[in-house]
Amino acid sequence: MHEDETAGQGKGDTANGTRSDHPAEERNGLVTRRGLIAAAAASAGGAILARLPAEAQAPATRAAPAGPSVQAPSPAPVSGAFELADVPADPTRAPGPPTSALGARSPFETPARSPAGVLSGSSYTPLHELTGTVTPSDLVFERHHAGVALIDPAKYELLIHGLVERPTVFTLDDLRRLPSESRTCFLECSGNGRGAFKTPKREMSPQAVDGLTSSGEWTGVPLAVLFREVGVRRGASWIRAEGGDASRLSRSVPVEKGLADAMIAFAFNGEPLRPANGYPARLLLPGYEGNANIKWVRRIELADSPGMFRDETSKYTDPLANGTARQFSLVMDAKSIITAPAHPARLTPNAWTQITGIAWTGRGKIVRVDVSTDGGASWVVADLQAPVMSLAHTRFRLPWKWDGKRTVLMSRAVDETGAIQPTLAEFRAKRGAGTDYHFSYIRSWVVEPDGQVFFAVDV
Amino acid sequence: MRARRLGWLAALVGGAVLAGCDRGPLADRATRTKRAFGAVRLPSNVHAAPGLPVRFGVGRAATPAEIVALDVDVTPDGHGLPPGSGTPTQGAAVFAAKCAACHGAAGEGQAGPPPAGVPPAPKLVGRDPRDGFPFGQDPELVKTVGNYWPYATTVFDYVRRAMPLTAPGTLTNDEVYAIVAFLLAQNEIIDRSVALDSATLVAVRMPAREKFVLDDRKGGATFR
Repeated sequence: MHEDETAGQGKGDTANGTRSDHPAEERNGLVTRRGLIAAAAASAGGAILARLPAEAQAPATRAAPAGPSVQAPSPAPVSGAFELADVPADPTRAPGPPTSALGARSPFETPARSPAGVLSGSSYTPLHELTGTVTPSDLVFERHHAGVALIDPAKYELLIHGLVERPTVFTLDDLRRLPSESRTCFLECSGNGRGAFKTPKREMSPQAVDGLTSSGEWTGVPLAVLFREVGVRRGASWIRAEGGDASRLSRSVPVEKGLADAMIAFAFNGEPLRPANGYPARLLLPGYEGNANIKWVRRIELADSPGMFRDETSKYTDPLANGTARQFSLVMDAKSIITAPAHPARLTPNAWTQITGIAWTGRGKIVRVDVSTDGGASWVVADLQAPVMSLAHTRFRLPWKWDGKRTVLMSRAVDETGAIQPTLAEFRAKRGAGTDYHFSYIRSWVVEPDGQVFFAVDV
Repeated sequence: MRARRLGWLAALVGGAVLAGCDRGPLADRATRTKRAFGAVRLPSNVHAAPGLPVRFGVGRAATPAEIVALDVDVTPDGHGLPPGSGTPTQGAAVFAAKCAACHGAAGEGQAGPPPAGVPPAPKLVGRDPRDGFPFGQDPELVKTVGNYWPYATTVFDYVRRAMPLTAPGTLTNDEVYAIVAFLLAQNEIIDRSVALDSATLVAVRMPAREKFVLDDRKGGATFR
């Protein structure tokens, strides 16, 4: 009965002694290829070493994944990784490296998740290092309750049973043969923002504050199609879904969601799901809290009541200021966060910059994002990137010139139901200081006179 | 769109959608094609996509035996509770052997650092505060089985499916009953003399049972 480990982690989070300019290899005492590259670059007199932030993966602290043995194909040839040492002084004077089997980032760009915890852990998307609205697949946040399940797709089966005419087992091939759909939507852990709410620190980056949200294009079979295959019976009002991981994580959601827009997703951003995100298939419930989107889904039961599983009773319920706890609070509230400028950025006075961030809501589309550059005294309507998609991250932008004085930046999302992102004070009054999920209040950033930007802990 | 979906839902739940007509999420492709190309004259050999069957007949029938083997859910109405039983005294021994290393000897939570490779384990025992349910107001309160979990069946379900964290699925049904009995007795919810089985467990009323409310958020200008 482990604790949630969504207390806020980020590689820009300098409060834990995890400095963003400090390679993780040094902390772990590991000699890695990247470390050697960095050393080479440093000895070459490159100032680029400072641009090599923590490589987040820390395999030494991870338990070896248990589970069925999976026959790994032999590794692809050259992955196309580029090295700083290969960067010529003048790229126009010599041909570059050839094509490669797999693409790689520029050696100057090293965005990384920030993994925390063992077995029951999470890793955060580096929101402040991303632009646009699509999260690259290798930077999608993780939240696991018993580690990453490694599943052989040839052995994968999904059982649908309960209040159905024809209890049926679907293989992955079966799912892929059925009519599929693609949709772009966000997925956010309902514990996102817990660290910022419970133990805020000035040195938190957007990754540390809200990195448990990602967005991209999912492809799969609508649950409604599968419901027709099995024939849902009268009286079925809840879906109980179970994962094939070592926690056999289970959640219940109303059957209406299954008929509306749920899917069994098997791909993300154009390729099969990654193991950490549910390979080979997961439940996708657009707009619902991440935990209910059961990864590695292996069983769905149609029932006349919720299962009252651990993760919908003792966890993932919202204690409220009025002395009750809200249950099945599945829909994510309207929310936004400025991703730049934000910690650890530093601004130049009297120079133009761009305030930008993401907004999202579990209730349709974002219709407006207001930005304040004076601590909430006044607001300006930001530009929204078109097309604004329902239940997806929406990018907002506002050009701005900082006058060099201390100020506070804020963003405030408004969705198509008219929901307005509340202030921290309004949030505390309604939900209570002890509430535990759905931390959807306005995020604020302090710009100090020296240009340094910090997370505002008390606004 | 909404009306069509609701209409389809009614038909589906009514069990009436069996014929090979074209309804539901894939419905009416001819109409869709007409809407998209209505103003354009399609070449004579290009047609709207034909209607689709209600069912594609994909997948194989699940056998009762494989459903029983996979379905480990235990729900508040007692569904899924297996034969077997256990007492708090038996549970104390099992807990000491298989749970206490992480959760503490009395279920009080981890005292020192957790064993290598496992996360810190929470406190399971504690009834305070006995008055009210101030978890929303007081961030310092620690939620336990005794003061927060609304259903005893959830303890059985969760322990059997996910504990011990590093060896899930290894406890016998009698051991699970015994661990649940131990935890409920430690939380002063059942007497130490009570043996838990499928009948007695489903009858246990948890202190926090009435404190949970359904989601009343609906969007709109009022923040709830």
